[in-house]
Amino acid sequence: MTSLAKPRTRARRANRFEQIMAKAPVHIAVVAIALLWTLPTLGLLISSFRPPEDILNSGWWTVFLHPFELTQFSLQNYADVLLSQGMGQAFLNSLVIAIPATIIPISIATFAAYALAWMDFPGRQWLFVVTVGLLVVPLQMTLIPVLRAYNALGISSTFLAVWLAHSAYGLPLGVYLLRNYIGSLPRDLIEAAEVDGASNLKVFTRLIVPLSMPAIASFAVFQFLWVWNDLLVALVYLGGDQDVAPVTLLLRNLVGDRGQDWHLLTAGAFISMIVPLLVFFALQRYFVRGLLAGSVKG
Amino acid sequence: MLNVSNLALVLKALLAIAIGSVGIIAIFYALNLVVERLSKPWRRRLLPWVYMGPTVLLLGAYLVYPALRTFYISFFGHQSEEFVGLQNYIFAFTDPDMLIAFRNNVLWLVLVTAFSVALGLVIAVLVDRVQYEPLAKALIFLPMAISFVGASVIWRFIYAYRPEGSEQIGLLNAIVVGLGFEPVGWLVNRGINNFALIVIMIWLQTGFCMVLLSSAVKGISKDVIEAARIDGAGEWQIFRRIIVPMIMPTVTVVTTTVVVLVLKVFDIVFVMTGGNLDTDVIASRMIKEMFNFRDFGRGSAIAVILLFAVIPVMVANIRRFRQQELSR
Repeated sequence: MTSLAKPRTRARRANRFEQIMAKAPVHIAVVAIALLWTLPTLGLLISSFRPPEDILNSGWWTVFLHPFELTQFSLQNYADVLLSQGMGQAFLNSLVIAIPATIIPISIATFAAYALAWMDFPGRQWLFVVTVGLLVVPLQMTLIPVLRAYNALGISSTFLAVWLAHSAYGLPLGVYLLRNYIGSLPRDLIEAAEVDGASNLKVFTRLIVPLSMPAIASFAVFQFLWVWNDLLVALVYLGGDQDVAPVTLLLRNLVGDRGQDWHLLTAGAFISMIVPLLVFFALQRYFVRGLLAGSVKG
Repeated sequence: MLNVSNLALVLKALLAIAIGSVGIIAIFYALNLVVERLSKPWRRRLLPWVYMGPTVLLLGAYLVYPALRTFYISFFGHQSEEFVGLQNYIFAFTDPDMLIAFRNNVLWLVLVTAFSVALGLVIAVLVDRVQYEPLAKALIFLPMAISFVGASVIWRFIYAYRPEGSEQIGLLNAIVVGLGFEPVGWLVNRGINNFALIVIMIWLQTGFCMVLLSSAVKGISKDVIEAARIDGAGEWQIFRRIIVPMIMPTVTVVTTTVVVLVLKVFDIVFVMTGGNLDTDVIASRMIKEMFNFRDFGRGSAIAVILLFAVIPVMVANIRRFRQQELSR
């Protein structure tokens, strides 16, 4: 028995080795691409911890020559850009802009999606077709009239101005995504609740919202990242006002004013990226699902 | 002192967040309360509009009306006072700088779409065969989370240029010099700079294409591929004859999504070069007309051109949605 088994395992092992060899080009290609894609961000991250003179005098890859000399790294760049360049304030502004600009369109879109999917009213189909059409309208089409209206009303350079603008720009995707999801909930469930005498608001808060959480989360992640990373809307509606500028706007001003101060730029860029990266890693599943729903179906 | 003012800032931020977020939900509850008091038929009739109202209002005020208004003022002069007919459009299609912007946009469209979709597809098929697929995918997908501004800073550092003789701190020029050539001004050389910007967009978008295409590749049944393999098909044949045709619908969707996105690209050009040295694209030209030259007529005309460019996609979307509704 044992003498028979041995050559077989050896054969299997040889087979395994052959398989790995056959797959070697695939492994090399995947690892090379993954490295290539990570390298730019890695360079930025490493540089952000190096003293200004070092950044300007040697490439970031030279830290690998003596990787265990921890004295070559410091947090000074972060302190500089946060406190003296206004990045701290901008970080707060970004939060103040992005959180309501995510919650407002979620609430509005979920209510609308429920009405579009389960209520009967004239113009229902037509409204949804318009929403689908609005999905791809370039923001550029709206900037000038909205900016003029904001100036006339005196609310340009306020958080309210960007909250409402971002909410409106995110709505078509939100309504589209959520209506498809809410429309596919089982009819019996909703009718049963209505028969039991639950009001529409009760059906909505007790049934629709909890059941739609996956779709809501997808849209939330998508919208949050979109708003946090936005430059165009902030640039046009907030203008040059430093008190309300989000991180993207501040970073772009840093590039313009201090384009060669790499210690500030690298640390600043990383601060602007830290929240999206956290959201991305924690909620990647929802983000991908939002992408799939947003483009494969639409 | 510094700490007190910082604390005040944080508190103000929290307050603003609370007002913005709770406010909207309070509005819905209040409206609902009012409508619930009405008689039943009225409630039936009004409640949908309470739920739809804010959406209709916001879409109307921020998208529909401004879009119509932009179309209208594109026929007027720079302060929208005198009617100029098609003057702004004639400018848009004849001005040498505009023509360069159009040329660049075509370059962006063709190169970004071709490379990110093709690379995305190849990577999607490759990662399907390794055990560390989730990690590899996360690393390639990661740039999707980064803003265009952040990506621009990352790549400005890659493209950093130092005159010959001094130590190169940009990765790309370090490689070029290491190979014995002169350092290249990636962003100032007119023959190269557009391509240098396009690479950034490819880096950002490939992950998006890969994720969508990968889920399509996984949707292909293993039996089909196994059967082809038994029939003696090589890996390349399987890729060309089975995988690609079967995921064609997804390829189309991914391609149109990337096309629409690239058409509106603005941030990268704006941050990297400011559109100087022949790197302008349509969307960055529009911002220039609007802010630098204060010419709202020309800016509007350029925006309208952008809209016309996406109309085919809009029509296709609506048509697909109609079909979807019929098959429900």
